Amino acid sequence: MGTNTSRSNDNAGETVRHRLFREGIRDGIPIALGYLAVSFSLGITARNAGLTAFQGLLASLLNNASAGEYAAFSVIATDAAYWEVAVVTLIANARYILMSCALSQKFAPGSPLAHRFLIGFDVTDELFGIAVSRPGYLEPAYMYGAFSVALPGWAVGTALGVIAGNLLPARVVSALSVALYGMFLAVIIPPAKKSRTVAGLVLISFAASFLCSYAPMLSAVSSGIRTIILTVSISATAAILFPVEKGEEAAGDDA
Amino acid sequence: MTHNAYIYIAVMAAVSYAVRVLPLTLIRGQIKNRFLRSFLYYVPYVTLSVMTFPAIIEATQSPVSGVLALVAGIVLAWRGASLFKVSASCCVIVFVAELLLCR
Repeated sequence: MGTNTSRSNDNAGETVRHRLFREGIRDGIPIALGYLAVSFSLGITARNAGLTAFQGLLASLLNNASAGEYAAFSVIATDAAYWEVAVVTLIANARYILMSCALSQKFAPGSPLAHRFLIGFDVTDELFGIAVSRPGYLEPAYMYGAFSVALPGWAVGTALGVIAGNLLPARVVSALSVALYGMFLAVIIPPAKKSRTVAGLVLISFAASFLCSYAPMLSAVSSGIRTIILTVSISATAAILFPVEKGEEAAGDDA
Repeated sequence: MTHNAYIYIAVMAAVSYAVRVLPLTLIRGQIKNRFLRSFLYYVPYVTLSVMTFPAIIEATQSPVSGVLALVAGIVLAWRGASLFKVSASCCVIVFVAELLLCR
């Protein structure tokens, strides 16, 4: 609705965009606080991979992906090949393909291509969540407001994790290292509650991952490759056995 | 590490941006292929599950505290707690459990 006003009158449009931007900041603050805590533990993973605080900050500023960065840092820690990092990042971030597909439908017809390039920079689980939770067309100014607090929160938290991860006692580091897994649980469990198929898949994935990390031959494969093999095989099997009908996908919108 | 950290970061950034911006800029219509749609729908849940377990019990000083964090995280998320609450609770549980377990 804001875009209509902004087309008819430049001054009024300016005000509407400011209001939307402020609303974005307001909704972005709790996300940024959550990011600070979670990215702190991501910073510990970055430090284990041999990255400096600046490199951690840069990686988070450019990636904005918890699982993707975590997976990439884990394989970087094993001195993996560049292509392996690319594949792991692609697989761990594959869900953003779906989210971006959904978001592309939320753009107002005829909205400038530049907005698609800019919003594409920070499609995360949480920012995607607040984007689809608003009725009507996507309001770029609102998204930029949320980005303006979420982006620094994520990047600064990672840098702090790299720095303070060194200073903190092992017990605190141990406690913080589960923050990301907690976040992953918060993403996968609510859809599992809504869908028996997703619940079954979560359990099967847990079991398969557990077996593969202790099985004599499979445990020799790097964890990144194991994640890729398991994700592709389990998801493809599920897609054949339990194809998703149009509209069902909405269950994943708040993921 | 023998590889360059900045090239690693550039590779990560390029892939992360591509997966988000390509669908946004190239695909204007709905994906029609049912298999592909279903596959993409399941990928996040499977990949996050695979990465969570058993890694969560290997990340902590004691596997017991990791299991406690896993159970607590599932229960809280099931009850609809926010991402921040679930994440923070898992940390607190590990910290308290290890105060008692690891002396």
